[in-house]
Amino acid sequence: MALATTPAGPLAAGGQARPVAATRLRWPAVVLAVIAVIGAFAVGVFVGPAGLPVSGVLRELVDRLPLVEVDSGLTSVQEQVLIQVRLPRVVLAGLVGAMLAGGGAAYQGVFRNPLADPYLLGVAAGGGLGATLAIVYGPDGRALLPIAAFAGGIVAVAITYAVGASVGRDRSNATIVLAGVAVTSFFTALQTYVQLQHTDTLREVYTWILGRFTTANWDDVRLILPYAVLSAVGLVLHRRLLDVLRVGEDEAGTLGISIRRLRLTLVVLATIGTGAAVAVSGLIGFVGIIVPHTIRLVAGASYRIVVPLSLAGGAAFLVLADVTARSLDAPAELPIGVVTAFFGAPFFLVVLRSRRRV
Amino acid sequence: MSTHRLGRAAALALVLGATLTCAACGDDDTTSASATAAATDAGGAAAAVSATTTPATTAEATSPPSSGEATFPVTIDAANGSVEITAQPQAVISLSPTATEMLYAIGAGEQVIAVDDQSNHPPEAPMTDLSGFTPNVEAISSYGPDLVVVADDPAGLTDALAPLGIPVLSLPAATVFDDVYTQLEQLGVATGHVGEAAEVVAGMQAQVDEIVAGLPETATPLTYYHELDNTFFSVTSDTFIGQVYGLLGLQNIADAADPDGAAGGYPQLNAEFIITEDPDLIFLADVKCCGESAETIAARPGWADMTAVSTGAVVELDDDVASRWGPRIVDLLGQVSEAVGEVSASG
Repeated sequence: MALATTPAGPLAAGGQARPVAATRLRWPAVVLAVIAVIGAFAVGVFVGPAGLPVSGVLRELVDRLPLVEVDSGLTSVQEQVLIQVRLPRVVLAGLVGAMLAGGGAAYQGVFRNPLADPYLLGVAAGGGLGATLAIVYGPDGRALLPIAAFAGGIVAVAITYAVGASVGRDRSNATIVLAGVAVTSFFTALQTYVQLQHTDTLREVYTWILGRFTTANWDDVRLILPYAVLSAVGLVLHRRLLDVLRVGEDEAGTLGISIRRLRLTLVVLATIGTGAAVAVSGLIGFVGIIVPHTIRLVAGASYRIVVPLSLAGGAAFLVLADVTARSLDAPAELPIGVVTAFFGAPFFLVVLRSRRRV
Repeated sequence: MSTHRLGRAAALALVLGATLTCAACGDDDTTSASATAAATDAGGAAAAVSATTTPATTAEATSPPSSGEATFPVTIDAANGSVEITAQPQAVISLSPTATEMLYAIGAGEQVIAVDDQSNHPPEAPMTDLSGFTPNVEAISSYGPDLVVVADDPAGLTDALAPLGIPVLSLPAATVFDDVYTQLEQLGVATGHVGEAAEVVAGMQAQVDEIVAGLPETATPLTYYHELDNTFFSVTSDTFIGQVYGLLGLQNIADAADPDGAAGGYPQLNAEFIITEDPDLIFLADVKCCGESAETIAARPGWADMTAVSTGAVVELDDDVASRWGPRIVDLLGQVSEAVGEVSASG
């Protein structure tokens, strides 16, 4: 950072920044992303253990459009399965995937740490504690679970941020990350304690932790949607500022940007999205790491590319992962977190390796 | 860092999951393996061989004499190796809700001084905050027990209490119906209530026979879905509880999810699958744990049109009875057969 004060500094920074500035999201990439999302959604809607006929599904979906009347030929039970069980599950997986990947990209940008994932600041541990408390002490039917998980995640991140920002110099993001580790450990300890005090609910807590779309319904979608929209739109609007952070915080500071406020804004946006995702789906690993990095390796490292494409890529990836989770071992379910790691990690290694050679 | 955390959470979840699965499947390979390993540590391979082979014969030699007389010492060939009990226990601790129910059923309740925090039946059992999941050796030994009964022994309680001279009897989850009878008899031997245990077993057998004989004739077997929790975990016919339904001639929709039993018999089913399979009967074993009921099932998106929901064939079980393998399993059998009778009569 001392470089910035030497005559060579601005030049060096400019040299780093130029390829970033030159890289923008191009139409072919946008078209590909849209195709990937639509393709994944199509697979998600057409494939499932109930074995609904493809033509029937298609006609039923068309029938649901306003002003269109088509006889789908599906029985009422099949109709229920498609509209009430399969469709919300696909939509929910898409939203959660977008949130996790988008949140991951944002955290990686804010903390300039390639290992940052959407759970870095404690949203998962806080969500886990909230969910466990709701399961153990909450009313039957678990109406409070998503709200408690969401609140838990937000509280954990707020504590992390408050502690990290007050202890460290305001430019030290390492302090915030370390505070996140501490808060995560603390909340995990609390969660484990509460869980072991109530072993009768062990299974329920444990299935929640492993992540789930098995019970997805439109209520879950309605719950996450406003936060997802807010988070996605906010992150996309801040993509250029994330590029500025990439250059370096001192340099960004010289451009007259309040680093502290920018960082807080981005963390809030990413946390709202991932907190809502955690609330409806539990903890799903790897999406927030591998999707943004795959986008970086394939399409370019500028956040103008990484943020929007991560949102789309995360949605497509998690929808396909969920199709795998409910189809591979059908009619049994596989935990979604197992699928994302088992297929996502090797795929990512291949991308990593092939791009290194170039 | 964060990935480590996630890894820890996953590892914890897996460990807990393994605990759960073991509690349910009663795999005695692991316990006997650890017993052998402990013996090997103590005195070499030869000692291990003799330690595992001789007690089997001893157990037969000392096993139930016909009368109810308590004859000690006894040696019981249990899941955690051979357990020697030198005198009739007067201070028994049960860390297994099923064992607690069995102990009271065979008239050994007087000898029980403490039971774990999940042993809620019978009500007179002296419930403490002792845990069967995370047993604490100091807390257990402070009660001064002369016998500790556990379901399984993941924490190595047998080895930990051995130096204190406290025998541990491991009676893992039943895998077949006869395990219930075997464990009742083993507890009879261990506590000196051989005759009463035999009476309980004979009584249960008679009740089971009566229930099975009273079943209505049906042309096609009824199908059922047994719900363990509200994320659609279920059981296959290979499991103990699945065999209970099998006794009544019911067909399990979950069998398709784990045809060869490779997944341990506790698959998580897909909601679309359950709805399209449209079982004749739905049994809820998640009433206490998760607050599910016939009403909440009907309110689930997509479930209202199912046959069992519209005909009222959703049966709310007692979670505890349905997850234990104790004497009350006969009550469960009765409740299920009643539901079968109603559905058969109406259909």
